[in-house]
Amino acid sequence: MNDLLVADSVSKSFGSFKALNEVSIAVPKGSIFGLLGPNGAGKTTLIRIINQITMPDEGTVQLDGQPLKPEHIRDIGYLPEERGLYKSMKVGEQALYLAQLKGMSKSEAKSRLKYWFDKLDIGDWWNKKIQELSKGQAQKIQFVVTVLHRPKLLIFDEPFSGFDPINANLIKDEILQLRDEGATVIFSTHRMESVEELCDHIALIHKSNKILDGKLNDIKRQYRTNTFEVGLQSNNSEAVIAEIKNKFEVLPATFKNLNDDIKLNIKINEATSSNDLLSFLTSTAEVNHFVEVIPTANDIFIQTVKNN
Amino acid sequence: MNHLPLIIKREYLTKVRNKSFIIMTFLSPLIMIALIAVVAYLSQLNNDKKRTITVLDESGFLKDVFQNTENTTYNNLEDFNLEEAVKLVKETNDYGLLYVAKVDSIEEVSKSIKFYSEETPSLTVISGIEGKIEKFLRDKKLQQDGVTIAQIEAAKTNVDIAQESFDGQKSSKLDNIIKLAFGGVAGYLLFMFIIIYGNMIMRSVIEEKTSRIIEVIISSVKPIQLMMGKIIGTSLAGVTQFAIWVVLGGVLMIVVSTIFGIDLAQTSTPQQELMNQAMQAEGAQAMAENLLNGINNLPLLNLVIAFMFFFIGGYLLYSSLYAAIGAAVDNETDTQQFMLPILMPLILAVYVGVFTVIEDPHGTVSTVFSFIPFTSPVVMLMRIPFGVPIWQQGLSLLLLIGTFMFAVWFAAKIYRVGILMYGKKPTYKELFKWLKY
Repeated sequence: MNDLLVADSVSKSFGSFKALNEVSIAVPKGSIFGLLGPNGAGKTTLIRIINQITMPDEGTVQLDGQPLKPEHIRDIGYLPEERGLYKSMKVGEQALYLAQLKGMSKSEAKSRLKYWFDKLDIGDWWNKKIQELSKGQAQKIQFVVTVLHRPKLLIFDEPFSGFDPINANLIKDEILQLRDEGATVIFSTHRMESVEELCDHIALIHKSNKILDGKLNDIKRQYRTNTFEVGLQSNNSEAVIAEIKNKFEVLPATFKNLNDDIKLNIKINEATSSNDLLSFLTSTAEVNHFVEVIPTANDIFIQTVKNN
Repeated sequence: MNHLPLIIKREYLTKVRNKSFIIMTFLSPLIMIALIAVVAYLSQLNNDKKRTITVLDESGFLKDVFQNTENTTYNNLEDFNLEEAVKLVKETNDYGLLYVAKVDSIEEVSKSIKFYSEETPSLTVISGIEGKIEKFLRDKKLQQDGVTIAQIEAAKTNVDIAQESFDGQKSSKLDNIIKLAFGGVAGYLLFMFIIIYGNMIMRSVIEEKTSRIIEVIISSVKPIQLMMGKIIGTSLAGVTQFAIWVVLGGVLMIVVSTIFGIDLAQTSTPQQELMNQAMQAEGAQAMAENLLNGINNLPLLNLVIAFMFFFIGGYLLYSSLYAAIGAAVDNETDTQQFMLPILMPLILAVYVGVFTVIEDPHGTVSTVFSFIPFTSPVVMLMRIPFGVPIWQQGLSLLLLIGTFMFAVWFAAKIYRVGILMYGKKPTYKELFKWLKY
């Protein structure tokens, strides 16, 4: 069993509105799985089904090879997009309460909390009320509460919203460390740069349907356009450009480079290899920049959503 | 996994530690006592006011009627006409002028009396004067017919019908008053409890929604557990508050009445007047005996047990509905449209209790309403002191519990769905749809 979580053709309707239409995903153990999609695509519904907040109309969800059972909530840590804690409750008391609801004993929860509070350097917040903390501070508490019971599966819905870059980085490192310690992470976001940084698998949900999924690198390969970003130096720029245009499809390019002579995006066809292009270029001018244009997650996201 | 005790504990501690809860717990009895003291003081103040009433009796028949009392001085005018008298009363700022026109015979006096005053006179003053005149004229007329004062006094009779049931249990009018008082207190207590603490439960559900913690909680516990925990925790906090109110109120009452010497019991309410009438009819000793007898006649054990079950049952039924409302809406202003359907049966129950049960505790209306689950806790509690067969109580309680279970299921359904809906004001139609999710 290599997949921790398997959802098999899950459908869910609210009245006449179909929120999920036969969506299947498989989340490999130890991966960081990006659940992507525009607003209202059905990501949150799927997450809620995994958390057993709502039940699917059709389809099954399996955790670690077993159909979802109420006991499984101990194995899942969930950070919802809509953050919230009891405002007038003290930080420590609240964290203890929430940990106990997840099935931890009080003493165990206490020692784990101490570990996390020390780690994030927030020990002196224990007796503060949530309403006395800033939004970012409260989110830190919420993060701790989510991961405290060492769940096998962590579900983060937009974990970085509300954090400053320093804290966002801190949380990102913690997520990576948790993954290294064996947790599997489902990560739902719109922020593609964090997808790029963190995720190894993604699934894209659009208008209640899954339209794309797989390893991020595989998908990128699938979406590659065989385009190369090229920077050239030559005394006779116009002649060089004309010569290239003659042989290849050329698009304008913008990138930062110390030299600012000729900047081009050159698309080659299947038959041509990158070496062919490079040797052609070296014969005509001096090459100081040569990179394959890899589609960003952002590009893939926009392109796929638009095409559907 | 049973998180119920944990949730109850949190709900209880949060409520009890809440600042406004603490303040209200200790302030409310103070305010209540202060209010009662002020009312008592004011009504005494009013009674103490000295009045002067000027009397102009042109007929001469009513000369001896008006004797000065502690609070009222009668000022008999002679050799004045009406106009002069009115002017005089205006100048002296007297309470009013009682004018009796000149008539020939005592028969016509009753039709020729008028009271002039700056403002509308108080009801007690007028009826006091009327009573005096009526008694005087009646006695006078009887005397004219040859009846002596002694005979009139001797003709006054008090009737007190001794009541006894077929199995030989003695009772009296006082019994009914005791039963009424018990039923009334029980019904009223339940009513207050539901409104105060039902609202508290509703607010605490709404708070969880607005602070958005609900999604975290609901991914750990079942909605039905959360709701039961809330209801029980809040109720325990309510019981704590109520107990403190009773103790504190009692102590304060004693303190205030000894310090200020205000006899709070003297403030008469209609109920107390009823008591007073009963007392007068029976005499103090018979009264004490009847009181004991009356209390003994109550089905005490039945009452206590029934009180516990119906109180808890009724309270749980209504609070689950309050919780459902809290789950269905986004903020407190949106609760209004759902409030009426909850309050209506409750108010209806109190009305039925007060107006029908007193008149006819075992009549059709009382009996039917003591079976309908939404009204039965109040109505049945008011009926029980008058003796209700055990099978009726049992059946009614069974219906109540059944409805409560249904209400919890219903509320948990709405809870599960409604809790995750933000920013939409639900309609009844939508609520119905949620049941099918």
